[in-house]
Amino acid sequence: MSSWPLLSLVTFLPMVGVVAILVLRGDDADVARNARWFALWTSLFDLALAIAVWANFDPARGDFQLLEEAPWLPGFNINYRMGVDGISVFFVLLSSFLTPICILASWNAVKLRVREYMIAFLALETLMVGTFCALDLFLFYVFFEGVLIPMFLIIGVWGGPRRVYSAFKFFLYTLLGSVLMLLALITIYLETGSSDVREALAYDFPGSLQTWLWLAFFASFAVKMPMWPVHTWLPDAHVEAPTAGSVILAGVLLKMGGYGFIRFSLPMFPLGSQAFTPLVFALSIVAIIYTSLVALAQDDMKKLIAYSSVAHMGFVTMGIFTVTSEGLQGAMIQMLSHGVVSAALFLVVGVVYDRLHTRDIARYGGLVNIMPKYAAVFMVFMLASVGLPGTSGFVGEFLSLIGAFQVNTWVAFLAATGMILGAAYMLYLYRRVIFGVITHEDVRAMLDLTPREVAIFAPMIAIVLWIGVYPDSFLKPMQPTLANLIERVQAAERAHDAKFAAAKPARVE
Amino acid sequence: MPVFPVPDFLPALPEIFLGTAAMALLLLGVHQGDRAAREIAWLAIGALAIALALVLAPLVSHGPARQVSLFGMFVTDGFGAYAKVLVLLGSGLSIVMSMAYNEQHGIARFEFPVLVLLGTTGMMMMVSANDLIALYLALELQSLSLYVVASFARDSERSTEAGLKYFVLGALASGMLLYGASLVYGFTGTTNFDVLAQLLANQGTASVGLVVGIVFIAVGLAFKCSAVPFHMWTPDVYEGAPTPVTAFFSVAPKTAAIVLFTRVMVEPFGGLTLEWRQIIWFIAVASMVLGAFAAINQHNIKRLMAYSSIGHVGYALIGLAAGSPAGVRGILVYMAIYLFMNVGTFAVILCMRRDGRMVEEIEDLRGLSRTRPALALALAIFMFSMAGIPPLAGFFAKLYVFLAAIDAGLYTLAVIGVVASVVGAYYYLRIVKLMYFDEPVGVGFDRPIAREMQAVLLISAVVILFFFAYPGLVVDGADSVAASLFAG
Repeated sequence: MSSWPLLSLVTFLPMVGVVAILVLRGDDADVARNARWFALWTSLFDLALAIAVWANFDPARGDFQLLEEAPWLPGFNINYRMGVDGISVFFVLLSSFLTPICILASWNAVKLRVREYMIAFLALETLMVGTFCALDLFLFYVFFEGVLIPMFLIIGVWGGPRRVYSAFKFFLYTLLGSVLMLLALITIYLETGSSDVREALAYDFPGSLQTWLWLAFFASFAVKMPMWPVHTWLPDAHVEAPTAGSVILAGVLLKMGGYGFIRFSLPMFPLGSQAFTPLVFALSIVAIIYTSLVALAQDDMKKLIAYSSVAHMGFVTMGIFTVTSEGLQGAMIQMLSHGVVSAALFLVVGVVYDRLHTRDIARYGGLVNIMPKYAAVFMVFMLASVGLPGTSGFVGEFLSLIGAFQVNTWVAFLAATGMILGAAYMLYLYRRVIFGVITHEDVRAMLDLTPREVAIFAPMIAIVLWIGVYPDSFLKPMQPTLANLIERVQAAERAHDAKFAAAKPARVE
Repeated sequence: MPVFPVPDFLPALPEIFLGTAAMALLLLGVHQGDRAAREIAWLAIGALAIALALVLAPLVSHGPARQVSLFGMFVTDGFGAYAKVLVLLGSGLSIVMSMAYNEQHGIARFEFPVLVLLGTTGMMMMVSANDLIALYLALELQSLSLYVVASFARDSERSTEAGLKYFVLGALASGMLLYGASLVYGFTGTTNFDVLAQLLANQGTASVGLVVGIVFIAVGLAFKCSAVPFHMWTPDVYEGAPTPVTAFFSVAPKTAAIVLFTRVMVEPFGGLTLEWRQIIWFIAVASMVLGAFAAINQHNIKRLMAYSSIGHVGYALIGLAAGSPAGVRGILVYMAIYLFMNVGTFAVILCMRRDGRMVEEIEDLRGLSRTRPALALALAIFMFSMAGIPPLAGFFAKLYVFLAAIDAGLYTLAVIGVVASVVGAYYYLRIVKLMYFDEPVGVGFDRPIAREMQAVLLISAVVILFFFAYPGLVVDGADSVAASLFAG
């Protein structure tokens, strides 16, 4: 084990890049070129650090590791606390994996205000990684909500024609959910006397308080996730955001909701979670089936993928709240898989958008004839999204469904129909864009993938297949943590039942 | 021959010094005329700095011990010292910001810094008042200076109108406050805060007359800190007054008024917390909600800032509604952060000049990030901070008042507060949107920015941006002095 504050390094290294880019001088072209390279190298170094975190992480242990603590507001027992466990370490990896990809993907697509763009992405990386590493309630909130600022600017400055509306909708929707969570965090802090996440995780909150706290957290995470019916900000934000913005949005920001459910809602408020499980199942099923149907009807590629994200996140919430080993592992894998696959699909859309500047599905068709490499790459991610065995999507959805079967057959049955719908809309999209004859002359002039684009997609394909073929390297490190979590939830439920059983005879007599 | 006891003037040294300095500068000004306006302004800043040192010196030498002097009229404690530091900073920064503006608009008269000094003296005495009479005298010294400063651009119709409006409504509020004070005296037989505190602590419940008196005092004080429903003067005065004066109004007098409000409610009437809490609760909710909704449709940035300041008062008053040491800590932290956010924002507003003329429409900020990136970045930082988005300082300000509210069990108040903050975020974001999302129209703002303005901008932006890295300085200080208010 190294004695370096590894998590702080991986969190704040991008800020070094921000400072370096801020002090760049020269004419606009020079600044833009240097800013791109600085940002790329910073994010690659950060990825290396994240891999070092993974290497230093002991997969056999289920507690928090690589701990760091420094006084922040010592009189209040609010400290700078960092640490990762088997859940968060993968999100750290995911965030730092997607950031260099975003920077590469924007290499030529972003021409205006390159310096600010790169600063926004690096700041975003710090905030995302920090969110997953924070072990202090208020520190978590600072990172979690701080994400809104760079994302608001990314959508608003570099977005499409309706970017202003989308940026505001994104910001205000998520802010409304988050502020309620802030009040819940304050309540937890006052109840436990500490803002240490570990203490809150070990604390048994009274039953009625759990209900309220669970709802407050739900308000935040359900919007972030997003769950039906508070998902409406997502299609707007995705359609208007620049390609890389969509990648981060789908790849990481949505996962913050799922992470929040696993990290906070479930273990801290097991009774609240138990009480609301039917609600979550119902919303998940609606999300899976309804948004899949909506996705079938889309003409805009990005919007279609955005709706498919809502459907996939339905599997995640369903898996989490089954509170079974399979369900939780499935939800985790589904989040990681979706983080890569949906990010890649947005990049796939970005590739043709860069060439033809439209996302209208009807404007394409017959791309296989002129862009064979592109068609192959698209196919891999399309199939991964559908959940073809051998790809990451299969592992996630399959495990979630097994978990659901153990708890409620109907939920599993309905979710499984969602998988069929998922195959329908993705294959339909693929057929319309890739196959058929070329009807538009300008399509004929489109070039196949450039080496830069191949370099972007190659590692993503590798990861999709890695998770699909050998998921054990991802499942192993998370199993002890998830086992602890399930044990904690079940213990709380048992204790509650025992109390109830003890109280019952007294009432009868 | 009876010996008249000579009181210990030492605790009031900063106030005495500041008052004397104001008069000395007045003499100097009369002698030198308006040519020396800039020098007098710098001397006034120097006087404020010395007063700051005089406030801090006893703290360093023998701690923030509570000391009552001048026949029980005057109290010095850690709470007052904290507030005085804020008031002095606010006044000093306002004078700094006024210099270039006054010269450009031909109103660079030596009276301006002198009036600010006199007003500041009044504010410091307000903060230290330990008697209803001392309170009223201090408040009037402050108010009369402010009325004149509001109409300082005497050739401007808007400015004189603002001053007159402020005067008429302010006099009404002073009258109510005085009436309330007389009722309190009538029903308790004393005006001294310490005696009142003892009396009410033992009495438990209050007579109707006393409660009516407290309500009138609360009305007067709510007016002075522009809380809803006594806010109606604020938008007009903020819009009409010269911009540096607006900046001054929004920080120093507001801080003094809220701190005074806190002291009056917590010290003499602390035993009746349950009686006055619902009043403060209502004022806080009304201020937050009105501040959030009414600002949405504003086009003039000074008017917008007026509603924004009304909203911020509502948040600070959450701390008072909590009526606990945690609440008082929240108020102090809030006002400290608010000071820097507001000073910074007004520094940007003062830079909104085109062809030598001030522009005040928020539309004029369109595309600022293209024409003036640094200025736009600074304003964006202030706006996100005012909206309460972490990691900026404004978030921590709100965090501490909500912490106090939940600790006191005021859940409804906290929920209304956070929801109002989301509504409020909309209009702050609108400014960011104009600066960053829209393309510039017309020519950019005038260059260069005066050197002292650059310094003010830099300092406030750095404070707001990096507050999170070391919050202890502001928070720990507030924490220790807040407890002192409840010790007595």
